[in-house]
Amino acid sequence: MHMNTKKHIAIILGGTLFGFGLAYSGAAVPEIVLSFLRLEDFGLVLVIGGALLVTLITFQLIPKLLSKPLLNGTFATSSRLSVSKWNVIGAAVFGAGWGISGLCPGTSFAAIGMGNWPILIGIIGMFIGAYVYGTLRNKGLTGIE
Amino acid sequence: MESLFPLGIEQYLVGGLLVGLGISFVYIMTGLVSGVSTAFTSTWSFFSRDTTSFFRREKFLSSRTWRLSLVTGLMLGALVYLVFINGGESTVTSLSMTRLFFGGLLVGIGTRMAAGCPSGHGICGNAMLEKTSFISTVTFLSVGIVVALLTQSIF
Repeated sequence: MHMNTKKHIAIILGGTLFGFGLAYSGAAVPEIVLSFLRLEDFGLVLVIGGALLVTLITFQLIPKLLSKPLLNGTFATSSRLSVSKWNVIGAAVFGAGWGISGLCPGTSFAAIGMGNWPILIGIIGMFIGAYVYGTLRNKGLTGIE
Repeated sequence: MESLFPLGIEQYLVGGLLVGLGISFVYIMTGLVSGVSTAFTSTWSFFSRDTTSFFRREKFLSSRTWRLSLVTGLMLGALVYLVFINGGESTVTSLSMTRLFFGGLLVGIGTRMAAGCPSGHGICGNAMLEKTSFISTVTFLSVGIVVALLTQSIF
């Protein structure tokens, strides 16, 4: 099998586990995310904490154990960027949208898989938002990436 | 404990660990970091002809196909949950279209401006001990809590 095909299959499989986990955890339900942000249910701390624990071990340990990924390529490592004002402004704008809708990119795609169709409106909003941001960059706005 | 976690802790903890395993699998196999929000920008590159456009930066062109695979996986995994765990019974949100659309719009602008969302910064970036991710995470958590509390008191 072509290496590129294998790579895509691996990403779809990993993504499937990722999406299943989001669905299982309840994080793909915007009402549950909002109950966390209103400080009524702290479950989301355990979702992010559990995922962070596993990825922390993987990202810190695997590049020391393997010389390269199993399907070739190189391990992405920290880029040690210095903090920009755009990290703070962007995260604040995202936080406002998150607080209004209970949606973030990953959980919204998982919500569609769970048959929660109205979330498609949120995803359309995200695509338009990314277009607006890219257009601002084309018009000379500075930023990161 | 009960008041902090009215729905219990099992679903949250198991779900979170599975999310971490999925991201780890992608990393061990390919070395790639599973941030989701970049897919919004990289997908626009398919529709952009201008080679000097922001949407056609190398970072987006080189990752646009695998990012669509990741998004496909996210939807598939949730579908597996719906069919095999939840008996095919889906619940539809009662949030208004206005909240979903304008919330989504701000999510799109903000995550691209900060170059990351809860998966890219909150999980992956923090696991790589990136300072920028820690700052972003603290910011979106604080603003998210304030806005959600305000929204609740207004609507």
